[in-house]
Amino acid sequence: MNALKGRAARAWYGFAAGAVLLFAVAPAALSDFRLGLFAKYLCMAMVAVGICLAWGRGGLLTLGQGVFFGLGGYAMAMHLKLADAGPGNLPDFMQLYGTATELPWWWRPFANPAVALAATVLLPVAVAALLGLLVFRRRVKGAYFAILGQALAAAFAIWLVGQQATTGGTNGLTDIQGFFGYDLHDPVNQRMVYFVIAAVLLLVVLLARQLIHSRYGELLVAVRDAEERVRFLGYNPANVKLVAYVVAAGTAGLAGALFVPAVGIISPALVGIVPSIEFVIGAAVGGRASLAGAVLGAVAVAWARTALSEEFPAAWTYFQGLLFVVALAFLPGGLASLPAVVRRRRAAAPVAVGEAA
Amino acid sequence: MSIRLIRSLRSTGPGAPRPHRRRLLAGGAALTAVVALSACGAKTDTAGASDKAAKIDVSGDTVKVGLLNSLSGTMAISEVTVRNSLQLAIEEINASGGVLGKKIKPISEDGASDWPTFAEKAQKLIEEDGVAATFGCWTSASRKAVKPVFEKNKSLLFYPVQYEGLEQSPYIFYTGATTNQQIVPALDYLKAQGKKKIYLVGSDYVFPRTANKIIKAYAAANGLQILGEDYAPLGSTEFGTIANKVKASKADAVFNTLNGDSNVAFFKEYKSAGLTAAKMPVVSVSIAEEEVKSIGPQYLAGQLTAWNYYQTTPGAANDTFVAAYKAEYGADKPTSDPMEAAYTSVHLWKAMVEKAKSFDPEKVRAAADGITFAAPEGTVTVDGATQHIYKTARIGRIGSDGLIKQVWDSGEPIGPDPYLKGYSWASGLS
Repeated sequence: MNALKGRAARAWYGFAAGAVLLFAVAPAALSDFRLGLFAKYLCMAMVAVGICLAWGRGGLLTLGQGVFFGLGGYAMAMHLKLADAGPGNLPDFMQLYGTATELPWWWRPFANPAVALAATVLLPVAVAALLGLLVFRRRVKGAYFAILGQALAAAFAIWLVGQQATTGGTNGLTDIQGFFGYDLHDPVNQRMVYFVIAAVLLLVVLLARQLIHSRYGELLVAVRDAEERVRFLGYNPANVKLVAYVVAAGTAGLAGALFVPAVGIISPALVGIVPSIEFVIGAAVGGRASLAGAVLGAVAVAWARTALSEEFPAAWTYFQGLLFVVALAFLPGGLASLPAVVRRRRAAAPVAVGEAA
Repeated sequence: MSIRLIRSLRSTGPGAPRPHRRRLLAGGAALTAVVALSACGAKTDTAGASDKAAKIDVSGDTVKVGLLNSLSGTMAISEVTVRNSLQLAIEEINASGGVLGKKIKPISEDGASDWPTFAEKAQKLIEEDGVAATFGCWTSASRKAVKPVFEKNKSLLFYPVQYEGLEQSPYIFYTGATTNQQIVPALDYLKAQGKKKIYLVGSDYVFPRTANKIIKAYAAANGLQILGEDYAPLGSTEFGTIANKVKASKADAVFNTLNGDSNVAFFKEYKSAGLTAAKMPVVSVSIAEEEVKSIGPQYLAGQLTAWNYYQTTPGAANDTFVAAYKAEYGADKPTSDPMEAAYTSVHLWKAMVEKAKSFDPEKVRAAADGITFAAPEGTVTVDGATQHIYKTARIGRIGSDGLIKQVWDSGEPIGPDPYLKGYSWASGLS
């Protein structure tokens, strides 16, 4: 019991340190440009929180998070484009590439800010729920589930590219000027967007922690480790997995929605196969089973991408690849397992991997 | 598993209040307060509130410029050649004393064939490095992604690739062709050759779709017939169906806006379907010398291309450019239209800065109109109103040696008309 208390206390200290870092240290230490980049990394971290739950805790290799990220991002960007254009006007790209003279029916609801905001989470949740119901009931798992996610990501990206007149095609939705009435070009407002993202990330982390340490969280781990045994005990593993999958989709959607004002663009390049894999890599490098590991891993990988590409513009992809290989070959539990590995080396006694949350 | 654990697993509903729930609420309230306090920036309807000019770093004896091309990813093969010729131009300028007495210091960034990365790097070049101008971007999508970045920072981008027109940003100089300097002359050429039935093949992205929209409008007004229009996903190598459809259509010519690797597969299928340049010529607008080399001249010999420059374009300026490029990067390296436009863009920027006697983007823009440069493609002139340049349109035929020989040109440089305002058939396009 004491050990449990100690762990909870450590987690709270970690959380408080994270909050101080996000709200006091980072805004003071970073330039406007770097803070903007940091906001983007935090969006990646938000996706990683969902992956930690679904993959790390639930064993569902979610290789299609780009779809949910994209649904949230597009829902938000569609509203912001409509708000930029003003009531009754078409967004700029539709005037350029479109054939229709009026807004397509499925764009119309997004003119309403409340509907659009709700859609950023509810749309991915609905898609994940529908897909999850079909897939988990049929007991699709392992590699098949992962491939399904990839196929979905590829299909979504191809569809977006093909519908240039209504989705902006490969360009995506760019040139977003305002965020609910606030001019995004103003550095003060960019800071506001950063604070919103940081606050939402902290809330998402809190909720995920509550979920992981609830009875449901234990059931989820039980399903991951011995699904058949859980089934024989009278539970329906399909529902347990569904909840984790849906929550992961919702967080990815939220991250996508916040990514848009932070970066100012959403495009098919952010929803396809490659970004879907990159989301998972961040969580894997950090430690997928640990919330702190997944968040820090996602931020670290995104930061390394920027830092390496600025330092070595011609060869950074090799360094990045090397980083992944080294991290995953020598620390299969991710960076979060580093303390445990060190302790084990010292004591030569087995310690569970990935318990540093 | 103990009985207690099982029981606890079974009741997944909300249990007894947990000790840290109250702390969660307090934390949430504190976060909300911080966010509310920080929200006091400019609103979208207060015009001019966010105006800020780019800060250019001219301290010391150098001036920085940004080079923003994809050095990794699918576009790297094309964009690296542009990077090389940008560097060649910078070395030449530095060797002859620099700009306004300052040596140019290029800051290199990798756009990684990823549009949001382009936007991120553009912001970095402007804000962190204080560059006086940025040269680069290839795909329209990358240009669209960085356009708002350059506009909000009031910094200049020189864009060196032919594109689909319908754009005119005050902070972008377009040194590649717009549609009336490439696609429209190509259609004029086909029409003059008596090719009446045309089939459209393109990659599925912005440039081909917009180009084909323009082509269809032209065809409707000029009595040409469009027999079919097919798009393949970017990077697709499956062209059996399309080649057969083209063959069955019995078109007079094919207008090809495919990009990159797809061309390899398309021309192989085209040849194996028994179609030849003599029977049904293909006019391509995205295949230059570099691409000919990678596709293989044996598949392309005799086919047509539409550009503003070829390695074989006569003139002393081009001889010097080709010789300098080969000396720097290897005798087997060809020069192409986008490379030439990139090379030209650096020299044009230098001329604008010297006329303005300042690196300030606003002054450079004001000085731009009428600037000329003896470019490898011939003398080019900047049109200040559109920030595009006057360019001669050239139709070329691909030879079995991989070089492209000009078969027709427009005689004189064509004035840029990005919105095709001077063409009555194009009135419904924008």
